[in-house]
Amino acid sequence: MVEQTVRAESATAAPEPAPAGPVKRRGPGATPYLFLLPYLLLFVTFTLVPAVYGLWVSLHEWDYLLPGKPFVGLDNYTALFDSASPVFDFFWQSMEASGIFTVFSVPLLVVVPLGIALLLNRSFKGRTFFRAVYFAPYVLGVAVIGLLWRFLLDPNLGAVNSLLGAIGLPDDTAWTTGLPWAWISLVGVTVWWTLGFNAVIYLAGLQDIPRELYDAAKVDGGGRWAEFRHVTLPGLRPVLLFVVINTVLASSNMFGQSYLITQGAPGVETRTAIMYIAEEGLRGYRMGSASAMSYLLTLALLIISMTIFRLFRTKD
Amino acid sequence: MGRLRGIAWYTLLGGLSLVFIAPLVWMLTTSLKTAGEATRIPPSILPEDPTTGAYAELFGGNTQAPVLRWFLNSLLAASGQALLVLFVASTAAYALARMNFRGKNVIFAMIIGTLFIPIFTLIIPNFLIIDRLGWLDSLWALIVPGAASAFGVFFLRQFFQGLPQELEEAAVIEGANAWQIFTKVILPLSKPALATLAVISFLSNWNDFIWPVYVLFSPENYTLPPGLGQLQGAYSINYPVIMAGAALASIPVLILFVISQRYIIEGVSRSGLKG
Repeated sequence: MVEQTVRAESATAAPEPAPAGPVKRRGPGATPYLFLLPYLLLFVTFTLVPAVYGLWVSLHEWDYLLPGKPFVGLDNYTALFDSASPVFDFFWQSMEASGIFTVFSVPLLVVVPLGIALLLNRSFKGRTFFRAVYFAPYVLGVAVIGLLWRFLLDPNLGAVNSLLGAIGLPDDTAWTTGLPWAWISLVGVTVWWTLGFNAVIYLAGLQDIPRELYDAAKVDGGGRWAEFRHVTLPGLRPVLLFVVINTVLASSNMFGQSYLITQGAPGVETRTAIMYIAEEGLRGYRMGSASAMSYLLTLALLIISMTIFRLFRTKD
Repeated sequence: MGRLRGIAWYTLLGGLSLVFIAPLVWMLTTSLKTAGEATRIPPSILPEDPTTGAYAELFGGNTQAPVLRWFLNSLLAASGQALLVLFVASTAAYALARMNFRGKNVIFAMIIGTLFIPIFTLIIPNFLIIDRLGWLDSLWALIVPGAASAFGVFFLRQFFQGLPQELEEAAVIEGANAWQIFTKVILPLSKPALATLAVISFLSNWNDFIWPVYVLFSPENYTLPPGLGQLQGAYSINYPVIMAGAALASIPVLILFVISQRYIIEGVSRSGLKG
């Protein structure tokens, strides 16, 4: 699962101060570093080094299968903006696909789970059970979800079209091979699959809103809607920020659903940016070019996240 | 709640549940059908003549699809990584939560900072590093790189900071060294947090898709996720076999979820993190 996640509070709150009075008898010495060593070894090798190494690779014509890897400066980057280059069309088409998916899935994944969380936030018998049921699909991997829905959405043999036919609706919709159906399928499946995750985050946020605020709102005579607007939404602000940023990042990283359900179909319209980068770099072995694409995408996501962050900060 | 409202309430929640559960049930029931019945229109809801034929086929030793092998590989990779995460994250989190030393804040900020690097940015350079280490097409590629989980360190650090200081101080007075305090005092008190982290690591490794698809080449080295893709090719029209494969990949994590759902959900909601 490509899950890009950050903690809500870590994004908003300042780093906490060190705990008061940690055990400190002898000088710190080498002990803390020895404790950190195993982790840092992995962290440096597989996170820090690759972050820099990827940048280095992107400045070379790095064909995995060829011995020479000549330095080409920013050529891999400028090619992405040159309509005459062989990667231009495919790259921007894939960016567009990721964009379309993000634009349609994020609002649903922000709003629908909030509705579910509000439903589940009351106290009633079986609440834990329902919470678990709605969360259950999320614990399955995209490989399972992809195969399952490819079968269910099969235009000829799938249960979805059969079901629609049985209630008198058209039973020949090309869910996996036509447009806009392929997008509807990909967004729908993703909402079904990951909705529980956001709902659980919202639920935790809702439970942190002090009861007294609701009691105060009742005294003021506000209705349900006023309560939601003036107490619930402001109280959820940091959680909402987390959910929005996290969902935007996760959606723009979409890969498995397209790879398995539509296989990019009808043509390459549903081939997402990550799918194209992986094909270019790990199937075509043009790693310099693929790295340049991934850094450009990273930069774009960074700008988008910062913009969302700002919007939340400056509002009212 | 009035009686009528109560009924309406549970009907709404129950109907919603159906949306989430029915596709999973469909996967299981299809895996018990014959190939013919699985694609019949209109479809049968329950298998008319339930058969485990699809599972027999799956385990029948098809050399293109050694499913049992994939299952064991998945198990090995996911538990191997969970153990490694527990070790490296708990030691690092202990130092960061309970000790003072030069560079502590910089190290912690760097670890948290990498949470913002999209995973795909690191895929190509990591592929090259794994290649240098000679780990391509092996389970090492699945176990080791992902164990540098910033989430694990962050999650355990939070927990360790909440533990009472006194126990640790008592141990110091008795002359315990840092390692003894860590293993005899801190870890036993942290069992719920450690279990939560282990389960979350296991799940995310078990379900990982993009990385195993590209770093494993030989069918016998596959884990279940790339294996399922292979299955779709090998049995393109035999849906019960494909669904049996999907069920096989789901059942262990669904069982794990049912057993530990409180911890998973709380771990996820409290930290706002999964990975």
